[in-house]
Amino acid sequence: MGQTLWFASRATGLVSLLLLTATVVLGASHSGRVATTRWPRFTLHAVHRNLSLLAVAFLAVHVATAIVDPYAGIAWLDVVVPFASTYHPFWLGLGAVALDLLVAVIVTSLVRTRLPLRVWRAVHLASYALWPVALVHGWGIGGSDSSLSWVLALEGLCLAAVVVAVGLRLRATHPDSEARR
Amino acid sequence: MAADRLKVGPIMCHAHGLCAELLPEMVRLDEWGYPILADGPVPPVLRSDARAAVAACPTLALRLRSD
Amino acid sequence: MTALDAARLPPTDHPRLLAGWAETGAITRYSGHRRRYGPLPGLDGPRLIELVSRSGLRGRGGAGFPTARKLRAVADGRGRRIVVANGCEGDPASAKDGVLLELAPHLVLDGIQLAARAVGANEAILAVHTGSRLLRTLAAALRDRGTGEVPVELAEVPRRYVASEESALVNHLTSGDARPTVTPPRPARRGVRGRPTLVDNVETLAHIALIARHGDGWFREAGTRDSPGTTLVTVGGAVALPGVYEIDLGMPVAAVLALAGGPVEPLQAVQIGGLGGSWLPLPYADGMPFTHEDARAVEAGLGVAALVALPVRACGIAETARVLRYLADESAGQCGPCMFGLPAVADDMAVLADGADRSGVVVRRLQERLGVIPGRGACAHPDGAVRLAAGALRVFAADVARHARGDSCTWTGAPPWLPTA
Repeated sequence: MGQTLWFASRATGLVSLLLLTATVVLGASHSGRVATTRWPRFTLHAVHRNLSLLAVAFLAVHVATAIVDPYAGIAWLDVVVPFASTYHPFWLGLGAVALDLLVAVIVTSLVRTRLPLRVWRAVHLASYALWPVALVHGWGIGGSDSSLSWVLALEGLCLAAVVVAVGLRLRATHPDSEARR
Repeated sequence: MAADRLKVGPIMCHAHGLCAELLPEMVRLDEWGYPILADGPVPPVLRSDARAAVAACPTLALRLRSD
Repeated sequence: MTALDAARLPPTDHPRLLAGWAETGAITRYSGHRRRYGPLPGLDGPRLIELVSRSGLRGRGGAGFPTARKLRAVADGRGRRIVVANGCEGDPASAKDGVLLELAPHLVLDGIQLAARAVGANEAILAVHTGSRLLRTLAAALRDRGTGEVPVELAEVPRRYVASEESALVNHLTSGDARPTVTPPRPARRGVRGRPTLVDNVETLAHIALIARHGDGWFREAGTRDSPGTTLVTVGGAVALPGVYEIDLGMPVAAVLALAGGPVEPLQAVQIGGLGGSWLPLPYADGMPFTHEDARAVEAGLGVAALVALPVRACGIAETARVLRYLADESAGQCGPCMFGLPAVADDMAVLADGADRSGVVVRRLQERLGVIPGRGACAHPDGAVRLAAGALRVFAADVARHARGDSCTWTGAPPWLPTA
C-alpha cells in the first residue's frame, strides 16, 4: 500500500474543503435570497444540500484513510475528541472540532422539519464557524503540501469565495426583513 | 386515508417563495411574495412535491396537515 | 370623550347594565351595587354555564361568539384555568367598555367572579389600556369588595389597535409581547402561561352577572332570538348627542341614531362595527335591525357595537382612506399580507380620494388586492381593513366614479368623521 492511504486522505481532505466551500457559498447565497431565472432558489437549495452530502462522503473517506493508515497512528477517538491525539494534537484537534460541528449540522438538517426552527437555525449557523476551522486544520496539518503554491492558491480562493459570499449575505436586504426590523 | 392540506404559518412566512417554485400547482405568490394556497386537499399526484416544498421552506412556515 | 360625557341617559327604555347610572346619575359604588343587585347568586359552575347557554348570550367584544360555548371549552380544559376580562377597547370608534367600567365596575367584577366559578378558575386578570384612568377606579372598586373572591389582578395593555385582540392579549399577559399569535391553539386550550383561558369582553361578563341573578328568560325579554339581550353601543359622527347608549338588540339603525339625538344634517351612510367594520348606505340601513344576523345578511358584521353617521357632504372614500392608513399603521407587522397589503390598500384608496385615478387602473388594482388579502393573517386585523375598503367601494361607488372624472374632493381639509385616536 505504501503511501497510497496517506495520499488518499490528503486528497480527499482537500476535495472536502472545496465541497464545503461551495456548500457555504451556496448556503449564504440561498439565505441571502440570491436567485436568477436560471438559478431559482430551489436549485440553489438543492445543490447546497447535495454538495453538503457529497462533502460528508469525501470526509468519511478522508477520516477513514487517515485512521487506517498506520503512519500517523491516529485512533478512532482522535477524530471526534478534539486535541486528544498524539499526532499534531492541535491541527488534528481542529479537524475533530469541524467534524463534530458538521455532524451536528447535517443531523439537524436531516430532521429539520421536526425541529423548532430556532434550534435548527442555531445549529446551522455553526457552519460559519466550522468552515474556517476546517480550513485552518487543513493548512496546519498539511505539512509540506501546505507550502505548495497551488494548494495555497486553492485555499486562498476558497477563503476569498467565502468572504465574498458572507459579505454579500450580510449586506443582503429584502422588504420582509426590513419590515421586521 | 386522511387528506393532507397545506397550511402556511403567516407569522413564520418571510416570503422566500420556494413553495411556489416547487409546487406551482398549488401555490402562487402575491405581489409582495407571500404564498396564496389553493383550496382543498393536496391531490395524490402532488403529494411528493408538496412534501418537498414543506421540507425546503427556509422558515418552516409551510406545513402539511392531515385532517 | 370621557366616560361621563359619553354615557347618555337612555330616554325611556329599561337599561340593564347602566340602570344604576340611569336612576342615580352617579357611579355605582359597591354598597349601592349590593343594595341594587344583592349578593352573588350561589349557582355552581355547570348550572351557570347552562343558564348562560339558555340565555343565548353572545360575546360583546366584536366576534359575537356564543359565550356558553366558550365557557364550556375552558371548563373542559386541563389544568388550572384563568379568566381574562378584556376591557381594553382598542377600536377608537368604541367607548362603551370604558363607560361600563367607569359607571358599573361591580357588574363587571361580579361577572368575573361568576365566570371564574363557571370555568373553575382560581385567578382572574382585568385588562385595560396602559395608563388608563380606569386603573384607579378599578383598583378602588376591587378594594371595596370583600375577601373570599377569586383574586383579580389589573393588567395594563399597550394602547395599540391589535393589542387587545384575543391572542395578542394572551400573548402580552404571558410574555409581554402584545402581538397576535397564530391560532389554534385557542386560548381556551392554551392561553395565559399555557393555561386554559377564558377571554371575555367586560360587557359580556357584566351580562353574565345579570343573567345569573335574573335568569335566561328575563335576559331574552330584550333583543331577538339570535341576538338576545341589550347591548351598549357607541354612536358617533353627525348626530346631536354622540355617546354610549344601552339599546335592545334588534333596534333599527335609525332608532339608534334617533336615540343619539338624531342626525344633525343629512346623512349618506353609517359605519358599523368599529373601524374594521363595514359601511352601510342610508336610508337603506335605517330599517336594519341592529343584530348579528341582520348585519351578516348584508355582508357586514355587527363587530364591536358602534355606529358612526356620515353626512352627505363628507366623502366616504376619503374617510375610508384615512382609516385604512390608521389600520395599516396599527398592523403588528408580523404577517406579510397585512404589513405590505394594508399600506398598499391605503395608498390606493388615497389615490382614489385624490381624484388621481383617471384611467381606473388603481381601482382595479385595489379590487384585486382586496381579493387576495383576507384570511391570510394570524389575526383578523387585515380582514377588517379589507371589509371596510371593499364596503366603501360598493357604498360610495358614485364617489369613486366622480373622483375618477378628476372632480376634487369636497372632503379635503374637513375634519374627519371617523375617529382614529
